[in-house]
Amino acid sequence: MTAELGHYALVLALSVALVQATIPLLGAWRGDPGWVGLARPAALVQCFLVTVAFGALMYAYVTSDFSVLNVASNSHSAKPLLYKISGVWGNHEGSLLLWLLILVLFGAAVAAFGGNLPAPFRARVLAVQAMIAVGFLTFVLFTSNPFERLLPAPLDGNGLNPLLQDPGLAFHPPFLYLGYVGFSMAFSFAVAALIEGRVDAAWARWVRPWTLAAWCFLTLGIALGSWWAYYELGWGGWWFWDPVENASFMPWLAGTALLHSSIVVEKRDSLKNWTVLLAILTFSLSLLGTFLVRSGVLTSVHAFATDPARGVFILAFLIVVIAGSLTLYAVRAPAMKGGGIFSPVSREGGLVLNNLLLSTACATVLLGTLYPLFLDAVTGDKITVGPPFFNMTFGPLMVPVFIAMAVGPMLPWKRGDLLGAVQRLKFAIAAAVAALLLTLVLAYDGPWLAIPGIALGVWVIAAALEEAAHRLRLFRVPIAESMRRLMRSPRAAWGTTFAHAGAGMVIIGVVASSSWQVEKLQVLRQGESVAVGAYEFKFEGATPVAGPNYGAVRGTFRVSRNGAEVAVMQPESRSYQDPPMETTEAAIRTGWGGDLYAVIGDPTGDGSWSTRFYNKPMIHWIWTGALLMVFGGLFSLSDRRHRVGAPARRGRMAKTVKTAASMAGK
Amino acid sequence: MTRKQRRLYIVGGFMLIFASAAALVLMAFEENIVFFYSPSELAQKSEQQPIPPGRRLRIGGLVEEGSVQRDADGVTITFRVTDTVEVLPVRFRGLLPDLFREGQGIVAEGTLAMNGTFVATEVLAKHDETYMPKEVAEALKKAGQWQGDDE
Repeated sequence: MTAELGHYALVLALSVALVQATIPLLGAWRGDPGWVGLARPAALVQCFLVTVAFGALMYAYVTSDFSVLNVASNSHSAKPLLYKISGVWGNHEGSLLLWLLILVLFGAAVAAFGGNLPAPFRARVLAVQAMIAVGFLTFVLFTSNPFERLLPAPLDGNGLNPLLQDPGLAFHPPFLYLGYVGFSMAFSFAVAALIEGRVDAAWARWVRPWTLAAWCFLTLGIALGSWWAYYELGWGGWWFWDPVENASFMPWLAGTALLHSSIVVEKRDSLKNWTVLLAILTFSLSLLGTFLVRSGVLTSVHAFATDPARGVFILAFLIVVIAGSLTLYAVRAPAMKGGGIFSPVSREGGLVLNNLLLSTACATVLLGTLYPLFLDAVTGDKITVGPPFFNMTFGPLMVPVFIAMAVGPMLPWKRGDLLGAVQRLKFAIAAAVAALLLTLVLAYDGPWLAIPGIALGVWVIAAALEEAAHRLRLFRVPIAESMRRLMRSPRAAWGTTFAHAGAGMVIIGVVASSSWQVEKLQVLRQGESVAVGAYEFKFEGATPVAGPNYGAVRGTFRVSRNGAEVAVMQPESRSYQDPPMETTEAAIRTGWGGDLYAVIGDPTGDGSWSTRFYNKPMIHWIWTGALLMVFGGLFSLSDRRHRVGAPARRGRMAKTVKTAASMAGK
Repeated sequence: MTRKQRRLYIVGGFMLIFASAAALVLMAFEENIVFFYSPSELAQKSEQQPIPPGRRLRIGGLVEEGSVQRDADGVTITFRVTDTVEVLPVRFRGLLPDLFREGQGIVAEGTLAMNGTFVATEVLAKHDETYMPKEVAEALKKAGQWQGDDE
């Protein structure tokens, strides 16, 4: 019964979305307040209906209702509750429903909290949002219905892929989707602005919080995914440049660029065309990511769908969205004149450089991801473009980003003095040089690229701190005065400080862990030990253990350093029953200096076991840095400028005058 | 600075960055594209024009029944990969993936040694019992042996 209710709610949601996609748009065009006013309740009703559908599917999962095909093929009664719930989105149909749920939640958020948007503009935004919903609802209803019945119902289900039965992965898809779909807001705002033919500072101020929120979620989602790969796959790698990872990384790069370019639109009324284009491209890349992952053109853990009809549908939808919005852009954009003029050396200039580099980097990732598909389609040659390609292209493009990232925030708007800015960064320069020399002394035997790498990370962190110190006028005015400035300075500026410092931490984590990792592959008997860098791992034996829905072999290793015991590590090798599958559970011990990582493999037959150990210095900085970036984003999001009063679009003239005045004051 | 000048700077900067990116991409493509061959294709290729040792390749096929052997050091494994027409010996030092079995489809990445053995640095078996790597399925289809359902 609940399944039918869910299905029915989806059908109703489709009809509501169709109304919401057309009537408010016509209303805004004809100036009919009644039709315009329809957008808000429609968005709320649509959100309610999709929530009902999602709730119905979740109910079927929690109660293990195997008469629903989707539950029968992806769940099992013996699964822990958390994984019954996360199983809802651990499959193609359910994950699309989650996508849809997040889409309508964002729509409802605009309807509920977008009180400061002019009614016609809000109606247009919601209409565009509903068009996307129509596409996805049609897709779900016609090609991927999660509520299909299976009669007679089987006694038990097939179970969820054990690799996905993991807390890290239970939350990875929702956050990733919150990010992906969050960029639909930037897209809807951009398309609505194109329809209206007006992009101004107020527009940027409306778009920014949505983009920022989406960016935070996406960053968190990517970080969770890479953390999961690190501890679950047992290879100790955290990023493989796998096409599926790239699919989430491309919108992140474009979204990061969008975040920065919208600052210029907000503050300086410039770069409008580019920002609107970037908003369209960012969401297009999110859709492309969904297509790549869900259509089955790529084979990976993520590719659930192998039904070609689905791939064709998403591809068609992708083409309609991208071609449609770009056509609109081509027609409307030339009419939008940019405002403020700036010299290449200025805050705007720095942000432009950021945008150029990030979008070029994004393009190289796109090329590397799509080229194998293209070649396969054209010549039938099977190739892979692996990590070396991306390290060679993406890496060098990021170096100038990180160098400029430190200087940019020190430059004033309009016209800056590069030499002056660099002089004001003397502490950061000293720190970077010190790091360079220190690394050179400590790691004189290379790899030589690691040395400037570490210095670059230190440079970014130190510059972020130094910029904050300048803001507080620390040590140049009395401490009390600095404290007063601390309380008064805008949170958005602090967000920048945190996020930039986080990026610096990621650099250091990446460079250190990949340069100075120690790996040991060894067959061990009980009582034998092996040295991994400064640590000694002693094998105490392997014992069978039983989990809730799996059996496992657990190895015990005593780890010591200079004779003193530092840890007992117990990696497992698990065998699941439903579906039958084996997984590796690495044991990881995180200390200040980095991670120790132990894996137990197969018995070799004569009483010994194959084992693998790593010592990965500073690898936890990668995720700590990512979290700091997210924190920076959230902190900036709490800036009062994003909430109160500011977004109201005042009279055009008044606003222009006011912006000019506020700029003069800065 | 006028709007025109600014545009000139931006376009100039863009061209510069784009050109260096294009150069990087071309260089990286030259060295880092990894082709996939089935054992038959590999034999065919080697006849026409020997593949230089050190060139990275991906190969795939079924692990031949009874061919998996562990060296004395315990961590080096040798086995044979077949597409039922040709057979390719493979050597791998490392932990095999959880789903590595005789008779299963696998994909391996590595280089071809002078003696014709494929030295793998990475062996992938898909994390799914029913799964057959796409490349392997197609290679088997070409060899006329694949009985599975057509996609």
